[in-house]
Amino acid sequence: MSKKMSGAEMVIKALRDQGVKHIFGYPGGAVLPIYDAIFQQDEIEHILVRHEQGATHMAEGYARSTGEVGVVLVTSGPGATNAVTGLTDALLDSIPMVCISGQVPTPLIGSDAFQECDTVGITRNCTKHNYLVKKVEDLAHVLHEAFYIARSGRPGPVVVDIPKDVQFALGEYFKPTKQDNHQTYKPHRKGDLGAIEAAVDLMLKAKKPVFYTGGGIINSGKEASKNLRELTELTGFPVTSTLMGLGAFPASNKQWLGMLGMHGTYEANLAMHDCDLMICLGARFDDRITGRIDAFSPDSTKIHVDIDPSSIGKTVHVDLPIIGDCNFVIEEMIRLWREKTSQTKAAKISDWWSKIEEWRDVKSLAYVNSDEIIKPQFAIQRLAEATKNLDTYITTEVGQHQMWAAQYFPFEKPNHFMTSGGLGTMGYGLPAAVGVQVAHPKATVIDIAGEASVQMTMQEFSTAVQFRLPIKIFILNNEYMGMVRQWQQLLHGSRYSSSYSESLPDFVKLAEAMGGKGIRCEDPAKLDAAIKEMLDYDGPVLFDCRVSKEENCLPMIPSGKAHNEMILPDTKDIGNVIDEKGKILV
Amino acid sequence: MNDNLQPSGSAYFITKPTATPERHTLSVLVDNEPGILARIAGLFSARGFNIDSLTVSETEHEKGRSRITVVTVARPRVLAQIKLQLERLVPVYKVHDLTEEGQSLERELVLVKVASKGEDRVESLRLADAFRAQVVDASIDSFVFEITGKSTKVEQFISLMMPLGLVEVVRTGVVAISRGSAKM
Repeated sequence: MSKKMSGAEMVIKALRDQGVKHIFGYPGGAVLPIYDAIFQQDEIEHILVRHEQGATHMAEGYARSTGEVGVVLVTSGPGATNAVTGLTDALLDSIPMVCISGQVPTPLIGSDAFQECDTVGITRNCTKHNYLVKKVEDLAHVLHEAFYIARSGRPGPVVVDIPKDVQFALGEYFKPTKQDNHQTYKPHRKGDLGAIEAAVDLMLKAKKPVFYTGGGIINSGKEASKNLRELTELTGFPVTSTLMGLGAFPASNKQWLGMLGMHGTYEANLAMHDCDLMICLGARFDDRITGRIDAFSPDSTKIHVDIDPSSIGKTVHVDLPIIGDCNFVIEEMIRLWREKTSQTKAAKISDWWSKIEEWRDVKSLAYVNSDEIIKPQFAIQRLAEATKNLDTYITTEVGQHQMWAAQYFPFEKPNHFMTSGGLGTMGYGLPAAVGVQVAHPKATVIDIAGEASVQMTMQEFSTAVQFRLPIKIFILNNEYMGMVRQWQQLLHGSRYSSSYSESLPDFVKLAEAMGGKGIRCEDPAKLDAAIKEMLDYDGPVLFDCRVSKEENCLPMIPSGKAHNEMILPDTKDIGNVIDEKGKILV
Repeated sequence: MNDNLQPSGSAYFITKPTATPERHTLSVLVDNEPGILARIAGLFSARGFNIDSLTVSETEHEKGRSRITVVTVARPRVLAQIKLQLERLVPVYKVHDLTEEGQSLERELVLVKVASKGEDRVESLRLADAFRAQVVDASIDSFVFEITGKSTKVEQFISLMMPLGLVEVVRTGVVAISRGSAKM
């Protein structure tokens, strides 16, 4: 029998055995024993945040850029409730995360004790699974299971709530064992071979095929992105991706159509609308993607590969579902394609490609540049140009700047773009950048931000200063909550109710006050030099990039419309495009 | 390909529903962990699914398993989602759609309190006998009947008691099991 140890020591031991090197957290009364255990070791580094929401987004950035589980440590009550936004964000974007929370001692549970909240009750619907550990004997097992559940299948956040008396109690530690024999939780990894073969047969016959890829490819690991490249080269099919899947397929490849969906390119959306075969790999037919559902890709046969059975048929009828891990399915598709044919499909689908080229010629991402004022699209293009030879990770907040980043920044590699897709959490990008930088100390990590979003978690800049993390916060400052303003222009007669960012801080002084560097740029001619100054500075930077104020994010599928009813950059009078039915939609 | 599209609650479903809602009885085998009932109930409320009846009790003590019987009314595609979402919960072992998987038995236990005198009192007793309801409590001016059966049967009994002095009703909700030798 091994030596007994306290619950708190067990937490640290379990984290170590799970390969954890960094945790993001904030101390408080109910987690003091765990903080004491952290103090007495130096294998796991603790990143002290300024607010628990920041810790969760850091863990998300860390997880998404490495493929590892991100770990958060918070105290009871407000510590746990502050983490709820990040947990929900991780659930919607399928990010592996384990959040350990302190709880009041078991005898006090339910008594409205100081800093008590029903953590498992509150987080039940915003986690993949959660636990309240009432006995120290269960602790080691629960912690290992939490990691297994967070990272396997469709990844997601798991909360382990540990009362303070359990942290003090002595018990026996168990090392992690193979978890494949979990009684009730059995993720589907391998796809049905018959179905995969049927898919390949459909692909061989298709005249107008398109690959519609998503975050599942990235969650499936780097191999999946590599195999996706091979499969597309083999088939010659065009590829489009959701926001969450950007980087899985290189933007420089000529088969790349750009992002699809509400702010996707004309060619991607029209290809989705007109295709005869849609091969969805690790995406979930989200409403940002489909637009009006009864007019969504009306003439196509749809193949849907997803590891989560409940994603299949949830919003769109699918003809051929394949439940399995993307990488496994793609590998099998490659093998079967090779078995069945030695020719590449390119010639057979050349008509389809010429149609796509026509749509490309519409140049839906065109914008009118200016010598006087920095256009946000231009700013992102210059940023991309300046960083193209660096190992660059991009995070974003939520809004217009996020869509512009997705449209104008060419992503070449998976795990290099971190954004809040499903939940759309303003304030995600800055802490996510901190998390990415912790995981990749040598890389260039840039948060493409908006001046409104970034203020939601601004205080984490101070975390970056404390831990010498040279993140670059590139704020496209248009003094508006730009996407809110754009929708008010579209739907509410340009009555900009509460969407103007009044009383903005002086971001340069703010950066300096927090111990970083501030840069301001208002002149397009000086932009390149200013970006260089930002990249050359070895420390955190707040870059206040003053951009044109009322620029709209286009192209756009307006709410309630189909893929072939896009607003293009030259569409006039966009205030009258959306009808009454569309106005109720978000 | 979108002919058989059904709304799932998304505002983006502008199409009108075509299929009619069906009543299904689901049997859900779960790990009897604390909070499991809240997980199931929370899933139904969060995703806007209906619960007509829900019963839960531990059924395999040594394995720590409970069986939850849920009666729900939904259109076929939503039903499929209900089953898949239930299966996604970590402590859920199996979900069986008893309505779909062939013959099954459904029973409900109901206690019915009736207060009446004279001819009404005699009539209630006569009807109880016809429905094979037991008298489990009696006073000078009241009976409590216990009746077991399918929901349709107990509902009929309750409606017959209405004019005969029905005071209150308490129901266990539906429990169900498949016919034949197969184990769930």
